[in-house]
Amino acid sequence: MLNAPTVVIIAFLYLCLLFAIAYYGDKRADRGQSIIANPYIYALSIGVYATSWTFYGSVGRAASSGVGFLPIYIGPTLTFILGWYLIRKIIRISKVNRITSIADFIASRYGKSSNLGGLVTIIAVVGILPYISLQLKAISMSFSVLIGYPEITMPALSGSTPILQDTALYVALIMAAFAILFGTRHIDASEHHEGMVAAIAFESVVKLLAFLAVGLFVTYGAYQGFGDLFGRAASSGDLAKLFTIDGGTGYTSWISLTVLAMLAIFVLPRQFQVLVVENVDERHVKKAVWLFPLYLLLINIFVLPIAFGGLLHFPLGRVDADTFVLAVPMAEHAQTIALLAFIGGLSAATGMIIVETVALSTMVCNDFVMPALLRFGRLHLSERRDLTGVLLAIRRGAIVVIVLLGYAYVRLIGETYALVTIGLVSFVAAAQFAPAIVGGILWTGATKAGALAGLTGGFLVWIYTLLLPSFARSGWIGEGFVTDGPFGIALLRPYELLGLSGLDSIAHALFWTMVVNVGLYVAVSLVTSQTIIERSQANQFVDIFGRAAAGGRIWRGRATIGDLRRLLARFLSEPLAEAAFQRFARERDRRLDNVSPADADIVSYVERQLAGAIGASSARIMVASVLREEMHDIDEVMQILDEASELIVYSRRLEEKSQELEAATNELRAANERLQELDKLKDDFVTTVSHELRTPLSSIRSFSEIVHDYPDLPIEERREFLQIIVQESERLTRLLNDILDLAKMEAGKIAWHMADVAPRTVIEQALAATKGLVRKHGKVKLETAIEDDLPIVRVDSDRLMQVIVNLISNAVKFSDKESGWVRLEARREDSALRVEVRDNGIGIDKKDHGKIFERFQQAGNTLTEKPAGTGLGLPISREILRHFGGEIRVESEIGKGATFSFRIPAAGTGEAVAAPTSASALEAAK
Amino acid sequence: MSRPGLTHERLVALFLLGVLLFTPPFLGIFNTPDRFLGVPSLYLYLFAAWTLLIVLVTLAIESSDADEGPARTAEAPPAGSEATNDGTGT
Repeated sequence: MLNAPTVVIIAFLYLCLLFAIAYYGDKRADRGQSIIANPYIYALSIGVYATSWTFYGSVGRAASSGVGFLPIYIGPTLTFILGWYLIRKIIRISKVNRITSIADFIASRYGKSSNLGGLVTIIAVVGILPYISLQLKAISMSFSVLIGYPEITMPALSGSTPILQDTALYVALIMAAFAILFGTRHIDASEHHEGMVAAIAFESVVKLLAFLAVGLFVTYGAYQGFGDLFGRAASSGDLAKLFTIDGGTGYTSWISLTVLAMLAIFVLPRQFQVLVVENVDERHVKKAVWLFPLYLLLINIFVLPIAFGGLLHFPLGRVDADTFVLAVPMAEHAQTIALLAFIGGLSAATGMIIVETVALSTMVCNDFVMPALLRFGRLHLSERRDLTGVLLAIRRGAIVVIVLLGYAYVRLIGETYALVTIGLVSFVAAAQFAPAIVGGILWTGATKAGALAGLTGGFLVWIYTLLLPSFARSGWIGEGFVTDGPFGIALLRPYELLGLSGLDSIAHALFWTMVVNVGLYVAVSLVTSQTIIERSQANQFVDIFGRAAAGGRIWRGRATIGDLRRLLARFLSEPLAEAAFQRFARERDRRLDNVSPADADIVSYVERQLAGAIGASSARIMVASVLREEMHDIDEVMQILDEASELIVYSRRLEEKSQELEAATNELRAANERLQELDKLKDDFVTTVSHELRTPLSSIRSFSEIVHDYPDLPIEERREFLQIIVQESERLTRLLNDILDLAKMEAGKIAWHMADVAPRTVIEQALAATKGLVRKHGKVKLETAIEDDLPIVRVDSDRLMQVIVNLISNAVKFSDKESGWVRLEARREDSALRVEVRDNGIGIDKKDHGKIFERFQQAGNTLTEKPAGTGLGLPISREILRHFGGEIRVESEIGKGATFSFRIPAAGTGEAVAAPTSASALEAAK
Repeated sequence: MSRPGLTHERLVALFLLGVLLFTPPFLGIFNTPDRFLGVPSLYLYLFAAWTLLIVLVTLAIESSDADEGPARTAEAPPAGSEATNDGTGT
């Protein structure tokens, strides 16, 4: 059964089945009935991580280092725990930006830079080639081991077989055909390859089942379970040391492999392809974060048993540990199991080759060849009508070239390395993308220059510490390069750079590449600045969950919508482009005619559609060429700056406005408080006035009633009563006059007859007017002292007299009837008139000095003492004096008499004009 | 029953737990030639810890209704993102 023709036929049938599944998947997708749109297929497709390297190489590594192979699978488990955030974020970013590869992702993040995209592509191709060749090597190796049955022979060096008899070549060509058929079937803006994903998921199932079958067979068929197997290993002496990790170098390589695998799971181009590009619904990540680690766990359970089974079977080291998966069943003559193992290994290898070549060819096409063509042969390319053919041709060519390069690598170099080491070399190369990606989605400050520097530095260190030594091993460079360092400089030995020893070559290379990569990335980012497009992309990437992507805005085209339609049609084919435009028109509810100018909205839409086909940086160049303008010319930048500064000015104005508003509010509040106070005063005033009016009224009324009700009242009494009525009426009249006066004054409605007046005349008139009052008031003496050169004042003489009369009558009223005296003095004080009225009466308490100038306020207790006036005299006097620009004040103490004095500025001094204190005074002055 | 936003924190905590379980100082506890149930203790420990971690992650993420954002299919993203991206063109 295990002869060459049978194995070839079975392998061929298996590959045919793969083609059929892919074909079916594509057909279903075309009909809109996706078979991959569920989380289980998604998780299985991620299983492409487990390559032939896992299938054969893990056992090989386990046979030499025990659990040393496990970090490669524990690392992804750790990363996937964070996957719900990290991977989903990358997916969201990629969907929004139509990202088609890891090169595209990095280029897009750092300002859609085609240089960066090209660099990533180079690193990916150079770094991954050995990995592809590893798969080819695994297939040819397993094939030659299998057909050796019943003998277990190690394959001859493939370099020695003629090329046309080399299985690896045929496998390589079949894989290229598959990748071309299902990876580049058509150019599609969404860049999904449903058939390919379906086939990959199927392969994941096959390799898992095959490996489990071999594992169960070895554990329970060849031996009696785990206990038996490990028991025998333990008793065979040497093998027991594989039960533990070597405490020194074992731990460092354990940690470095864990870190490496944590990064590799999303930065390897094929992982990025299945995780991100082929993802159809980001909710699938939710299931994948535990399904995929579970897959890895299952496929690893039997690695150690198989390794120990192999070591126990072939203790002499005659059989390569990498072939144990095949060799143990063969030694046990389990042909079916061996064949199953071969198919499993085949599926692991083919899955990897297919996805990797598709991912790499997309990269090479979109981020390497297209930008170069656009840059150097733009005119020529722009004339072509339909470019979909060109795109497909480039991709197909790239696939063939990559696969053949991989094959060439296998023949020239691959034989000297164990499987695991080749894989790890590729892992370290891919890990160089991690800083730019992780930094790119978490740190807005990272710049294109930083990413370029980090990637270049890391890549160069990788070449020096891993690639060149592998050449040395193949004999291309002298062995001395590794053992003594270049030119015999020991510090530069590639495995012990700067004297760093004690690490295995992978840990050593990982350490130095990451130091250089991350160091340059961070340092250069910190000292360089971003262009506008870099900043806008950086914000969009970091903040992708925060806000919807605002793509456009940067471009202001002079092209028409028709230009864009033609551009899209050239890359997507006519019907697809038409569909894209219709979708845009439908979503925006816009009419799109070919002649109107393209606005930023549609330009960015077209650019994104185009990015799906040819990558972000190429799309940008194409769109810019159609827009017939340099991107970000100085005018545009100025305009953007203008808009920004306008915004700043506007916000500053807004701030000022709000401050003004606040001030106005405060004023209003103060005014309102004042109003409320005035309102309260008015209420008080009304209450007091009513009270004051009622007193005389009620006495008038009661005496009138007495007179009316008792007609036979003695005439004397009647006269007395009538006298009281007359007095009270007079008092009432006086009161009303005063109230009216005051109200008029305060309202500014009184007529003032202002004139230059000699004060002496007015004072003498006032003295004459009060003579009667003084005489009536017992023995009170009135003295006067009036200076001769009193200044002329500008006043209303009647009003001034009113003030003086008021002061004198007040003084008289409150002085003692027997020994009282009142003294009036008038004199010049600076350039003003000062008049004092002094008495030796009861005096006024200090605390009442302010109060007595208020309306209806009299010093002392008004409840127990009969009021001796209307209570309006002083307020009126103050109002009058205020109008003259003067002032009134009082000096007094209880029992020591009182002195009221007022001051009026001389006419023409200007003081009178400057002094008016109330609005009413100004009113009146008109 | 899960507060929104807590899933992230739980997953980060599980990540840290994973780092603890699979790195040397802790790993060293089981790094002995002894065997339990016939299996070397380190092997048994690693696979048991791995299984435990996967189970915990499954519980953390499946118990939450961590559906953030709308479903995104191949054709939806440009539509979704551009529908909210207004004010730039028209």
